[in-house]
Amino acid sequence: MSGIKVNTKINGDPVEFMCEPDETLLDVLRNRLNLTGAKEGCSTGDCGACSVTVDGRLTCSCLVLGAEAEGHNIGTIEGMAHGEELHPLQKKFIEHAALQCGICTPGFLIAAKSLLDKNPDPTETEIRFGLAGNLCRCTGYDKIVRAVQDAAKDMRKTNRKGA
Amino acid sequence: MPLDNAPDSKRKYNVVGTRPLRPDGIDKVTGRAKFGADATAPGQLVGRILRSPHAHAKIKSIDTSKAEKLAGVKAVITREDFPDLTDGDSGLYDTMYNIMAREKALYEGHAVAAVAATTPAIARQAMKLIKIDYEVLPHVTDVDEAMKPNAPLINSKMFTDGVDPKPKKASNIARRFEFGHGDVEAGFKQADIIVERSFKTEATHQGYIEPHAALASMSPDGSAELWCCTQGHYMVRDVCARILGIDISRLRVTQSEIGGGFGGKTTVFIEPVALALSRKANRPVKVVMTRDEVFKATGPTSSTSIDIKIGVTKDGLITAADGTFRYQGGPFAGCSPAEFGAMSAFAQFHLDNVRAIGYDVLCNRPKTISYRAPGAPMANFAVESVIEELAHKLGMAPIDFRIKNAAREGTRSSYGPVYGPIGLGATLEAAKNHPHFKAPLGPNQGRGMAAGFWFNFGGQSCVSLNIPIDGTITVSVGSPDIGGSRASMCMMVAEELGIGYDQVRAIIADTSSLGHNDVTDGSRTTFATGMACILAARDAIKKLCARAAATWGIPEDAVTWEKGYAKPAGANAGNFAPLSLKEIAAASPGTGGPIAGHHEYSADGAGVSFATHICDIEVDKETGASKIVRYTVIQDAGKAVHPAYVEGQFQGGAVQGIGWALNEEYIYGKDGRLQNAGFLDYRIPVCSDLPMIDTMILEIPNPGHPYGVRGVGETSIVPPLAAIANAVAAATGVRFTQLPMSPPRILKGIEDAKASGAKKAA
Repeated sequence: MSGIKVNTKINGDPVEFMCEPDETLLDVLRNRLNLTGAKEGCSTGDCGACSVTVDGRLTCSCLVLGAEAEGHNIGTIEGMAHGEELHPLQKKFIEHAALQCGICTPGFLIAAKSLLDKNPDPTETEIRFGLAGNLCRCTGYDKIVRAVQDAAKDMRKTNRKGA
Repeated sequence: MPLDNAPDSKRKYNVVGTRPLRPDGIDKVTGRAKFGADATAPGQLVGRILRSPHAHAKIKSIDTSKAEKLAGVKAVITREDFPDLTDGDSGLYDTMYNIMAREKALYEGHAVAAVAATTPAIARQAMKLIKIDYEVLPHVTDVDEAMKPNAPLINSKMFTDGVDPKPKKASNIARRFEFGHGDVEAGFKQADIIVERSFKTEATHQGYIEPHAALASMSPDGSAELWCCTQGHYMVRDVCARILGIDISRLRVTQSEIGGGFGGKTTVFIEPVALALSRKANRPVKVVMTRDEVFKATGPTSSTSIDIKIGVTKDGLITAADGTFRYQGGPFAGCSPAEFGAMSAFAQFHLDNVRAIGYDVLCNRPKTISYRAPGAPMANFAVESVIEELAHKLGMAPIDFRIKNAAREGTRSSYGPVYGPIGLGATLEAAKNHPHFKAPLGPNQGRGMAAGFWFNFGGQSCVSLNIPIDGTITVSVGSPDIGGSRASMCMMVAEELGIGYDQVRAIIADTSSLGHNDVTDGSRTTFATGMACILAARDAIKKLCARAAATWGIPEDAVTWEKGYAKPAGANAGNFAPLSLKEIAAASPGTGGPIAGHHEYSADGAGVSFATHICDIEVDKETGASKIVRYTVIQDAGKAVHPAYVEGQFQGGAVQGIGWALNEEYIYGKDGRLQNAGFLDYRIPVCSDLPMIDTMILEIPNPGHPYGVRGVGETSIVPPLAAIANAVAAATGVRFTQLPMSPPRILKGIEDAKASGAKKAA
């Protein structure tokens, strides 16, 4: 066994783990750190269910090695809510019935947050292309797009108030 | 308190029909919900399955000795570990054969051995050390080829059922079905116009995002626990126990959250394998499929070959309809939905003369399993394409042609029963009056429509409802929640008890905690398990009233239940202040102990459901690429319990249909191997492919449910294939009779049409 020692921050917390050279970041999150919110739908980067952010950038964690996380900030679904307060996207997904089975939901939320961080006022087309890396087989995407539109609207209001 | 089941059309609902937040919402948006692959057990091993690289091969020998000796390997299993305990049950035998090959490997990806090891790397290495001596046999993957007399024979003991006299020569045709009434030959003689066409559709996969996962723990004493993602954990329990030869009650199956199923998780694949590995290793074993395995070794739906012939009079009345439906179901009999295809094909019409012949055919492909309205979308594609062509030949608006020939209350359906109140006519009229129907089209755009049908199902459900001392409610159901059904169950219980939705919580009980529940399929859960929730709530109300009666010292039947309170039934019953659910619950320890309601039954009376879809498509004639620009679903829900999730079912089904029509297909090489076993090459619709999917819920009550509920989950996948084909024909002037209408196929169709037009001109 040739374990590699890796130092990262996950959702803002310092995390140190050992992993094998061939383990993906997704394997590490799920199997070593018990962060099972990121899902494995394909392991080839096609479904987006394993979406995380690496230094703020949307990434399929199945396409990154655990060892590559060294020195980086990883964001996962487990870090999206602040204490009892859900992120506006999380609230709107529930309100709009934007999930049916829920397996793709963590990945969609990470991708949607990543989109809104860059573009707080996206058009429907921009939302659709921003989420095109995430597969949902239940909803036909309609309610997901509406939830993101509604959350973006709320977040813009809050941000204006904040400013 | 009326206990009969007929819907009360005057009833005003307080909870049903609203859109409350689902009880499992927070778990699912925070990553906390535990799906199949999210569970672990102390000391668990990694299970992996070795699969056949051949489409059809005799397994002459399997040598596992080297793998067994590898350090870290705790169990290796093969066909030898699954002695035949099926006692003549051919369906169970085939299920067992499918989860672990016996004499032959019958398709690429067929399981041939499995290992349990301490790490994934050791498991992979062990699989390489298993030596299998195959004798490769000729294979067949196309349904029409498989039906030819000289086709490679998959099962030499297969003699077609349903043919009189039974053939003496074995073939790949497992069974012939026939449905219909009247005299089609006489009907065609009355016709002024007849259109006859042949169609082919490729196999598609349900495409759930969650691969199958199972965590099994089995002890040498025969007791076992299993955690898995399934549409029916009682089915998993019964099938696994029978395959493994243990008492059903010794196996406790807990259903994880399920990441999509659409019919694909209504059987077992890895579950008995995980249990057998665990039994041999005497340690917990977790098996999780890869996406590649999901495509190759679970159950997609059938590829089909269909002929349709329909005749009409000049004034647009159908005189006869005839169809032949050939569905391949993989290498085992009785797996293709040919029967449902033939039954459903003409169900939306009022016909005097109709015949539908179905063939269940074997191929060297994975054993098919249900996919949302199994068998119906392909049949509907063929029939509704011919209907559209006939309307054009008649010079009649397709919508008017459909309305004129639509099935209605009292129509004898093409599959036998006479319809009660149905919503087909209402969906067609609503389509005709919908703004979408009159909206102008842009350049290169075409509009199509289709109407579709699904039977819906009832089946067995068992529900328990417990009332703790604070008067809140826990409902235990045994139907896996695959799309928000917990919310609907809570709503129906709250409605009956006259309390707030927030006071009710639903859980999915494991197989040892609650009686049998059929698989969540056939759009049955909101109808059948929902009705069991209603009846369990009524049972609890009876008991609550009895407690109030005892408290007041009056007869039980002198107490009535109203808006969450027990009240004296009238002035003669006595003058007592109403007792709330909370008060009765709080007093329960002293008035007779815990209060619970139950209901267990097999539900009849699932109302059929119809939908009409309208689709606008834009086709790029240079590339053959197409894009859906507008889409509307109009469907009869009977009564929409939670309209947001009903809309979600309409939208999700429509989009699966869009994928089926335009992109999705199983592509086989000449070697019988699947060429596109991944989400990159098997392309399901993504967000940027689609517009919003408009929905319109109609409510024509189902007389078989107290609120009028009909199943809604499946009908929505039936019309899209034809609606899109009709839209493409309108946009391009070319009729496509083969699915999917992928860009190369559309481009070729346009170019072929141009060439033949040019030839004619020349």
